[in-house]
Amino acid sequence: MEIIDRKLSPAFKTIDTIEMIQASEKFLTNKIPVYAINAGTQDLIKVEFLFSAGMFQQKQPLQAATVNTMLEEGTSKMNASQIADAVDYYGAFLETSVSQDHASIILYTLTKHLRTTLPIVEQVIKEASFPEQELITHLTNKKQKFMVNKQKVANVARKRFTELLFGEKHPYGINVTEDDFNRINIPLLKEFYKTFYTSNNCKVILAGKISDDVYTLLNDHFGGDDWKGNANPTIMVPPTQTTTEHKQLIFKEDALQSAIRIGKLMFNKTHKDYQSLQILNTIYGGYFGSRLMSNIREDKGYTYGIGSGLVSLNNAGYFFISTEVGVDVCANAIHEIYYEMDRLREELVTADELQLVKNYLLGTFLRSVDGPFAMAERFKGIMTYNLGYDYFTRYIATIKAISASELRELANQYFDKTSMVELVVGKK
Amino acid sequence: MIKFDKFQLSNGLRVIVHQDTSTPIACINILYDVGARDENPEQTGFAHLFEHLMFGGSINIDSYDEPLQLVGGENNAFTTNDITNYYLTLPVENLETGFWLESDRMLSLAFSDKSLEVQRSVVIEEFKQRYLNQPYGDVWLLLRPMAYKVHSYKWDTIGKEISHIENAKMEDVKNFFKKYYCPNNAIMVVAGNVKVEDVKKMAEKWFGPIPKGPDNKRNLPKEPVQTEERTLTVERNVPVDAIYKAYHMCARRDKAYYATDLISDVLSQGNSSRLHKSLIKDKKLFGDIHAYVMGDFDEGLFVISGKLADGVTMEEADAAIKIEIDKMQTELVTTDELTKVKNKMEASHVFSEVEVLNKATNLAVSELLGSADLINEEVGKYLNVTAEEIKQQAIKIFKKENCSTLYYKSKQ
Repeated sequence: MEIIDRKLSPAFKTIDTIEMIQASEKFLTNKIPVYAINAGTQDLIKVEFLFSAGMFQQKQPLQAATVNTMLEEGTSKMNASQIADAVDYYGAFLETSVSQDHASIILYTLTKHLRTTLPIVEQVIKEASFPEQELITHLTNKKQKFMVNKQKVANVARKRFTELLFGEKHPYGINVTEDDFNRINIPLLKEFYKTFYTSNNCKVILAGKISDDVYTLLNDHFGGDDWKGNANPTIMVPPTQTTTEHKQLIFKEDALQSAIRIGKLMFNKTHKDYQSLQILNTIYGGYFGSRLMSNIREDKGYTYGIGSGLVSLNNAGYFFISTEVGVDVCANAIHEIYYEMDRLREELVTADELQLVKNYLLGTFLRSVDGPFAMAERFKGIMTYNLGYDYFTRYIATIKAISASELRELANQYFDKTSMVELVVGKK
Repeated sequence: MIKFDKFQLSNGLRVIVHQDTSTPIACINILYDVGARDENPEQTGFAHLFEHLMFGGSINIDSYDEPLQLVGGENNAFTTNDITNYYLTLPVENLETGFWLESDRMLSLAFSDKSLEVQRSVVIEEFKQRYLNQPYGDVWLLLRPMAYKVHSYKWDTIGKEISHIENAKMEDVKNFFKKYYCPNNAIMVVAGNVKVEDVKKMAEKWFGPIPKGPDNKRNLPKEPVQTEERTLTVERNVPVDAIYKAYHMCARRDKAYYATDLISDVLSQGNSSRLHKSLIKDKKLFGDIHAYVMGDFDEGLFVISGKLADGVTMEEADAAIKIEIDKMQTELVTTDELTKVKNKMEASHVFSEVEVLNKATNLAVSELLGSADLINEEVGKYLNVTAEEIKQQAIKIFKKENCSTLYYKSKQ
């Protein structure tokens, strides 16, 4: 048997190029774009219908989310129970979700059942009826979840933090209150539905094994002019108003841990510095070996986890650090969070650390485009910003080229602690 | 259908190789046959604490994470009451780095005092974050000792209490390692665009020289049949009353497992399920309600848990659940219902084969349960379940004296 030196790491390769299957673009008769990632080994398909119908588009809290959930609760031809029976019978999964900028309806199904399940999705998207009884049940249960979530320090911190950054009236900042559950009514839902769930506000993303039949089916059910709406619904958005009180505490008497959120408004992925800042963020708090994790978890044991991130929204962006720490070490943890920011502003990242982060990020990118669903997700991330695949080419080039001094410059430009908003929920 | 090859090294390490040419990512999944059920009752939470220590450097390599990140890899691990499972993914070209790292920590840890000290604090913070500082977070700390009087499932993976973690000594860490972290107590799955021959060579090279460890015959006391109804009422600072009912059920390897699992699907899989339709939608007694099997390897638990709607009493909630489980015991599920849960099972299985890491973990677990082949046989076993078998299992499980009920009341 060969003698091995276990202290010596095996030779390795740095990722050079990353191959990904690009989405193809076709159009239904009514001009709905259909993007498709035709890949994978299983006979299954994911069909995502994407509408610009998120929190940004809504007039008051809960409007966008309630419309989205209520789609499954009844149509002109089927009640909630029939919809659920039909979807479940074929082993399909129907997922609805709402983000700041979008509403989405996703059908996961074995390809052989697409023909039977797609007509149900057509009903749900085009002919939702918003039955009153179902709405009452939904709001009651949703309010219950809301009350439970209010008990969680991390949840309270996450919500309050965006309010502090964007202002309490801005659609990215506004939060649901108990009273909002009483202010939702059927006319509000129908108005939002009629305005935003229309063919000219819809995009389709397919992933999985896709044959020509899929397009024919889609066109039969969604390609007509029967669900056209206003070309450009107007959206009134109040200006962003970041809090002037940069340090805030929400006191919780019985807290064993405090949730900490620190951060500031930044920009979204269309900004020239976004990709470089993503790399800086990775070093700071974006992976298990980050400065924040190494110092605050792995050296001091103050927390189970700490991280930082950049959030890109269609009309804004922000940077945040988030953690939950023992109440007794909260002040120390905050001190270390700023200490690590300063260190990036003052010292150059070492060559070893930089190389590690570069390789790690390339590996992470490779993982993030593994498989049809993952590739579709990455595609959605550029398509919704009107960016092309060159965005990824640039990202890889940026990772390879960025230098320690550029990173220090970025830190000096963006990691200024006086500009950060700091929120603690619990005790300090 | 997942194809794989299987071989064993002379030190007892079982290796399974699954080739998937569609991905540039390879993964290594190493399952150690040790979980919280193997712990000393005075040192609970140890298997999980140990999982943390596995990242604190090994005998020849200071850091586990850094060299892996340097080659574009990523890793994580989890501990259950039954197993401790470690997994990593990396670009397939750099697979050998994974062998190097995993074999060194199987050979021996660095056993650094600093790592033990820090990870004790980290796990204590985890205890607070996930169990104590969360609404309903302590449910399993309460329910397990109700349902189990003898079997070591009576404590949660995080441990019975924080002091057990605080008191962990280096000596204990070393003994635990010697006993359980040896090749004959592990199953390794390598998956991705790999060739069996290459994996064999690398496995021999890196894992072959690791000495075999002791044979661990697990001899856990069997939980005696429960003969009396158990209840516990607690009051907590939560906004909503909740109810948790835990019934004893068969072990994971029992052939009744499949019918039992399908009971949970009939009751609560998706919006078309019985509990959702009847108790949330029609009667409006619950805000949410779920039925599920815990999936324990030994005789385990079937759980029904829900949050009560405003103004509903615990008695009303209990009675409503009883009507549904009575129905399972007296009437056969309809053909449509049975077809539905089977179709759903089949589809979930296909979706579970999309990700290579998922396949690798499932292969390792199947092998531990008896044979990696199980991964391809499971769907058939579900498809063969009859309505009568479902009824029989419902009759067997849903008995008052087989149940522990936790009434979790709002103090607000």
